[in-house]
Amino acid sequence: LAPWVPVVGLEIHAQISSNSKLFSGSKVRFAAPPNSLVSFFDASLPGTLPVLNRRCVEAAVMTGLALNCSINKKSLFDRKHYFYADLPAGYQITQQRVPIAVNGSLSYSLCIDNKMSQMVTKTVRIKQIQLEQDSGKSLHDDSRSQTLVDLNRAGVGLMEVVMEPDMCCGEEAAAAVRELQLILQTLGSSQAVMAEGQLRVDANVSVHHPGEPYGVRTEVKNINSIRFLAKAIDYEIQRQIEELENGGTILNETRAFDSKLGCTVPMRDKEGKQDYRFMPEPNLPPLILYDAKSLPANMNHQQVINIDWIHERLPDLPSVKRKKLVEQYGILPEHSFTLLNEDGLAEFFESVVKQTQMKPKKVIGWILKDLLSYLKQHSLTVKESPVSSFLLADLLNLLEKKEISSTAAKQVLAELWKGEGKTSLEIVKEQKLELLQDQKELEQICQAVIDGHKNEVIMMVLG
Amino acid sequence: QKVSVEVLEHLEHLALVDFRDAEGVERLQKAIQFADQLHEVNTDGVEPMDSVLEDRWCLYLREDNVTEGNCTKELLENAREKVEEYFVAPPGNIPLPKLEERETFLEGS
Repeated sequence: LAPWVPVVGLEIHAQISSNSKLFSGSKVRFAAPPNSLVSFFDASLPGTLPVLNRRCVEAAVMTGLALNCSINKKSLFDRKHYFYADLPAGYQITQQRVPIAVNGSLSYSLCIDNKMSQMVTKTVRIKQIQLEQDSGKSLHDDSRSQTLVDLNRAGVGLMEVVMEPDMCCGEEAAAAVRELQLILQTLGSSQAVMAEGQLRVDANVSVHHPGEPYGVRTEVKNINSIRFLAKAIDYEIQRQIEELENGGTILNETRAFDSKLGCTVPMRDKEGKQDYRFMPEPNLPPLILYDAKSLPANMNHQQVINIDWIHERLPDLPSVKRKKLVEQYGILPEHSFTLLNEDGLAEFFESVVKQTQMKPKKVIGWILKDLLSYLKQHSLTVKESPVSSFLLADLLNLLEKKEISSTAAKQVLAELWKGEGKTSLEIVKEQKLELLQDQKELEQICQAVIDGHKNEVIMMVLG
Repeated sequence: QKVSVEVLEHLEHLALVDFRDAEGVERLQKAIQFADQLHEVNTDGVEPMDSVLEDRWCLYLREDNVTEGNCTKELLENAREKVEEYFVAPPGNIPLPKLEERETFLEGS
């Protein structure tokens, strides 16, 4: 049987972290009474016009720069037409002809065979990033055969990040999306929380034989977590392979991922190819961005966006932070991945290192094995940890000064988790966990043990 | 050049417009002919124009402040039907009935 090459591309919509919407002054907020965060423009009432939010443009520029894109100094807005109850205008304002950023790349890491010690770096090309409006939310009430529409989300700014089909499986896609999520959160351009719909991923999947042209692709939607993303893609790859090996064909269709059943199903309401009748948005002129060289002399600062100014102020991206952690503390690359993968863990680690004499290479074990596993067991975030960095550092100091053994330290830690407000020293004294340093006292104890077990001693001496 | 029935159906589906009768279709064809006159102009090597104002048409950038919203009651006044501050819509897009099913079937087409 000839091998199959799966091809995976992604379209990711990230909600921009801003106070107000892309083209109107209504508030951006996840949970709010229905239709309370809606302006006349968002509801598409006649006579209203779009006014571009500066912060949204800056967010898109930051993201484009972080993803190594070329920023288009002139980009355009277009209308994409389709009818749906949660799109009151009947069109979405997007950037189809000339988006704000193009031709970037994203590097991400994968563990080979699930071993964290063997990590490989991969790259996926970023085709483009475009600014566009989000739609409202539809709640389907099948029992009463109606749809309830909440426009709170209508008009919120989105960055659509298009990743070229450089990935080959669910694991790669998941790793790429995870890294993008961390980058967006580091930049602050999006909080990228999938559970709150701030990061939505659609996967384009196809399979072909090596050397042959790409196969027909399907689009998979309705994926609500990174874990499900990997599952959905792997399922779809398998489904397509089985279909083709059984002599069937793949339809160029849109499918939804059913997380309960773990499979993809054709989506209704998406029959036939859509014709969006793109046209330039007549109410918005081109978006012009500047850099240090092209900065106009006489323009109001508030009206000017300087790409170089934004570039200079980009924070350290996750890949840079990891490298610095490895260099500064001598920890392994896979450790740096885990540190950055948990919100607040890297900061906790650095805080402990500052407060203890124990070497970072030893501290990391306590952070990644003891602290992290405890937090995971109890579904706590680092911020919710009953053991503060101060308490942990204090404990590690006792260990470092050889006042207690490693085993005793684990015992003390178990006690500290209870969060009863005791210090390590108090627990050590309570449970008599002090290491004996007195040679004479040690000899006395050993002799007592030997005296008390004369038979066993004879057996041991005889071998 | 006539507009085929397939194109007509496609347009009606996209725009949710009912061309109603032969006269409506004729008007559509005349409109297309009128717009086709644009093709008579040679635009080879000419950059598309966004506006006659050219670069004097500046895109205004708004500060990221909350200045609107909070008018649920007013917005819902426009709704024919509402349920607890939600707009009510049919369960999915209602497709335009096929040409044959309509009262205004194109006669003599």
